[in-house]
Amino acid sequence: MIRKIWKSTVMTAILLFLYLPILVLAVYSFTDASNIGAIRGFSLQNYVTLFTTPELVRMILGTIVLALSSAAIATVLGTLGAIGSFYSKKGMASAITTMNQIPVVNADVVTGFSICILLVVVLGVSKDTFIPLAAGHVTLCAPFVFLSVIPKLKQMDSSIYEAALDLGASPFTALVKVVIPQIMPGIVSGFALAVTLSLDDYFVATYTKPATFDTISTYVVNATKGAQTTIKTALWALSTVLFLAVALTVAVMNVRAEKRSREGNGV
Amino acid sequence: MNSFKFSRKVLGIPYAVFLLVFVAAPLAVLLYFAFTNGQGQFTAENLTGFFTDPNTLGTLFYSFGIAVVTTAVCLLLAYPAAYILASGRWKAKSVLIMLFIIPMWINFSLRITALKEILTWLEGNLAYHPFLNTVIGMTYDFLPFMILPIYTAISRLDGALLEAARDLGAGEAQAFLKVTLPLSVPGIISGVSMVFLPAMTNYVVLDMLYNSTYIMGSLIGSYFAAYNWHGGSMIALILLAIICLFTLFTSGMEEENVRGGTLL
Amino acid sequence: MDKRTNIIELKHITKTYEDGFSAVEDFNLEVKQGEFITFLGPSGCGKTTTLRMIAGFDIPTEGEILLNGKPITDLPPNKRPINTVFQRYALFPHMNIYENIAFGLKQRKMPRAVIEKKVKKVLELVDLEGFENRRTDTLSGGQQQRVAIARAVVNEPQILLLDEPLGALDLKMRKEMQLELKEMHRELGITFIYVTHDQEEALTMSDKIVVMSEGKMQQIGTPEDIYNEPVNAFVADFIGESNIFNGIMTGKLRARFCGGEFACVDDVEEGTHITAVARPEDVALTSPERGTIRGIVTSVIFKGMHYEITIESGKNEIVAQSVHSAAVGERVGIRVEPDNIHIMLAEDHTNIFKAEINKNYGLEYNGRILNARLTDMIKGSREDENGTLLDANGLEIDRQKIRVMVSIQPQDIRMTDEIEQGLVQGYISNLIYKGDHYSYVIHTDLEQDFVVDDEYLWNMEDQVGLLMPEEKMTFTVRR
Repeated sequence: MIRKIWKSTVMTAILLFLYLPILVLAVYSFTDASNIGAIRGFSLQNYVTLFTTPELVRMILGTIVLALSSAAIATVLGTLGAIGSFYSKKGMASAITTMNQIPVVNADVVTGFSICILLVVVLGVSKDTFIPLAAGHVTLCAPFVFLSVIPKLKQMDSSIYEAALDLGASPFTALVKVVIPQIMPGIVSGFALAVTLSLDDYFVATYTKPATFDTISTYVVNATKGAQTTIKTALWALSTVLFLAVALTVAVMNVRAEKRSREGNGV
Repeated sequence: MNSFKFSRKVLGIPYAVFLLVFVAAPLAVLLYFAFTNGQGQFTAENLTGFFTDPNTLGTLFYSFGIAVVTTAVCLLLAYPAAYILASGRWKAKSVLIMLFIIPMWINFSLRITALKEILTWLEGNLAYHPFLNTVIGMTYDFLPFMILPIYTAISRLDGALLEAARDLGAGEAQAFLKVTLPLSVPGIISGVSMVFLPAMTNYVVLDMLYNSTYIMGSLIGSYFAAYNWHGGSMIALILLAIICLFTLFTSGMEEENVRGGTLL
Repeated sequence: MDKRTNIIELKHITKTYEDGFSAVEDFNLEVKQGEFITFLGPSGCGKTTTLRMIAGFDIPTEGEILLNGKPITDLPPNKRPINTVFQRYALFPHMNIYENIAFGLKQRKMPRAVIEKKVKKVLELVDLEGFENRRTDTLSGGQQQRVAIARAVVNEPQILLLDEPLGALDLKMRKEMQLELKEMHRELGITFIYVTHDQEEALTMSDKIVVMSEGKMQQIGTPEDIYNEPVNAFVADFIGESNIFNGIMTGKLRARFCGGEFACVDDVEEGTHITAVARPEDVALTSPERGTIRGIVTSVIFKGMHYEITIESGKNEIVAQSVHSAAVGERVGIRVEPDNIHIMLAEDHTNIFKAEINKNYGLEYNGRILNARLTDMIKGSREDENGTLLDANGLEIDRQKIRVMVSIQPQDIRMTDEIEQGLVQGYISNLIYKGDHYSYVIHTDLEQDFVVDDEYLWNMEDQVGLLMPEEKMTFTVRR
């Protein structure tokens, strides 16, 4: 019994450490306070500011568009790469796997800086073209798509591809109708991972983005340096919205996964 | 001949080219820039400069200090949490696990903002405890990355092993020390590798918490701001060397696909 | 003469992989329209590789495959009118049963109504009416197997390939499916090519059996041929239980093996080295004085329909099946009727013996060190500074887990009177004049028979030492 209480206490303490700041901020985002600790009245002003200030709206939409588009490109490239390398000869496969591992273990600062040096400094590509930024984010994300697809390919019964060919399907049809559906869970989680990584990124963006464009990360970091109070508290609202969105997504995914596993066991 | 196999292999070509252009080529350019000066002449000055300048050396040691302390604190908090999570009978285990994953999905700069507000309220002026605040900030940011791999390693442990240890006369503490702990080492190593390196480089945490001391990442940022590509490249190269050494020591001992596996 | 046409012909098919390993070597086969043919052999004998080349999944390195007389060697699998039933079914997990079976028909762009009709009909054939909308993972192994068969035969292939299709089923299910497959073969009239390592399955189901070993065809024939007239020791041993002995022809229709002289019906020239086979059910036990040879019963096992009795006669062991029991320790006589003895020419007289591996990875035989190194025999292997043997991938080779077999030809061994100089010692137990030389059988102190060719005449029972130069030895490493 004592042990159980002790375990619950440790668990609660760590969860509080992780969540208290976000939750406190969420509470204060619904007040007109400009600092935590001050007790002020209820207000939705921060949310109004967040969704009506063109600068903020542009930044949020820009981040989302960047995340979705670079994740999409990364998913296509990473998935094709995984399939290609899985069916390649050993040497080729290990070359791809090794190169793929570099951005994964590398510090994001180094990844961002090195891409900037190559594209902007050496090749003279303007950051305003968004090419360095997109390239940077795809480089950041694609290796993780690759890594989440490979295990699905390994788990797949290799003879089902051959079975499709045997039944008259062309290699392309076999790939689209048999292999891709089999590895779909890996592709989907790879895409989700890519979106998250792009949304969370600061370092690659800061070295490759156009001067006039901001992602949430670069914007927040700059905003904390300047002390514009209305913007600062509007970001509290952004943090709250984001937290609720993530919590909701996770909850829905969890419920669906549980439902599926229950169906699987039920029959 | 053999055309159906051919078509699967070619799918890898775009990605291989992509990796060559955006992973291999940038590193090659980095290497070139690190050993040249503004006039394009080869020089080892950037390297010797780094290791003779007390400021940059100080930065290296400060980074190590931050990284070691952060990693240690994360490990001390994460291991009990992971162990309790994995070994306890929780009613809603999947929800608990999700609670440790959710923070990783929220933009880190916003989470640090939240922490900063709390710390400001508690301490008044953040500038009084820069080192402490940085460690708190990084722990706050990286803790889930330490908990989840350790949790995975412990929960994968076959319960029969513990029963066997108990059956063979080991006490509970003995069983933990001789079975659980050694078998969770891959998880610990994964966790350490996901905390240590970011702690040396994520200078945004320091910036946002008003710690003006440099870490390795800040050096790249400052060279970048000063358009000194050569100096920045050398720092990036040194970081890369540290990462390589680290990977070399831990290769084969880690949980697979740690960062991705942890996030999803 | 069989008037039916050849549906498929394999001509000099060889499959060699990049690492130099030959899975199939110079394989030739003709299959008639409508036949049920089985490739039988132990795992790694090349039977599955051969099947995969017929299906089009592997391309032969050499040789030609003809379908109805036209070459299809390089044709991709989706262009061949051949369908496969895979070992682990390979059903598409994301499709239901209907979609699985309709897959091939859809590839051929058949009208929907036709597809529906065909699927319904084939489901009746495999006794799975009404299963259209079930998911594959809700079926039992046997049901999945039927779907896999239905999915293949619905396309009306000219040849149906079955790759150990019953391997994953339990014994009872397997027996049932064997009969059903045979029935289906009769009903559909399609040529079946079946791969299995189960000799009983092959004997029950096939019109013709191809016995394979180490990438080569050992024998082809009807189940009766293969069982009653195996061409060599491998086939005899692989098909059913057998007593196999090395021996020599001692006269017209007389053979000496297993310590006795037996009458036989195979007319082989006197003095020829032979391999004699007697099936356990053909070995008769009698009183000691009436037996051709005598022995002591060492074990008796009740097998339901009969007793399996093991008799030790000298250094030989003989297995007999009998409806009458015997007592362990009993002295019995053994008789085999002449037409139950199958005489085969011994393939060659290569002497094969096992070498011991000592601590330093050197080889020994009979307590003597052979001048040969293990590192030279295993490609890419080396010894590290601790004296551990590593293979080409740097992994440790466990000395305990490998066997080294040494082979040497009869003409490369010399006999000597100074018997201690020989690698091994023994006495001459047999000699035959072979026109220009004598062929001797030396029974060694290690109870092994060596065949030695020598141009000089030695006497029976002479004690000799055998000199075997290392450079004439061939070493085979088995893991």
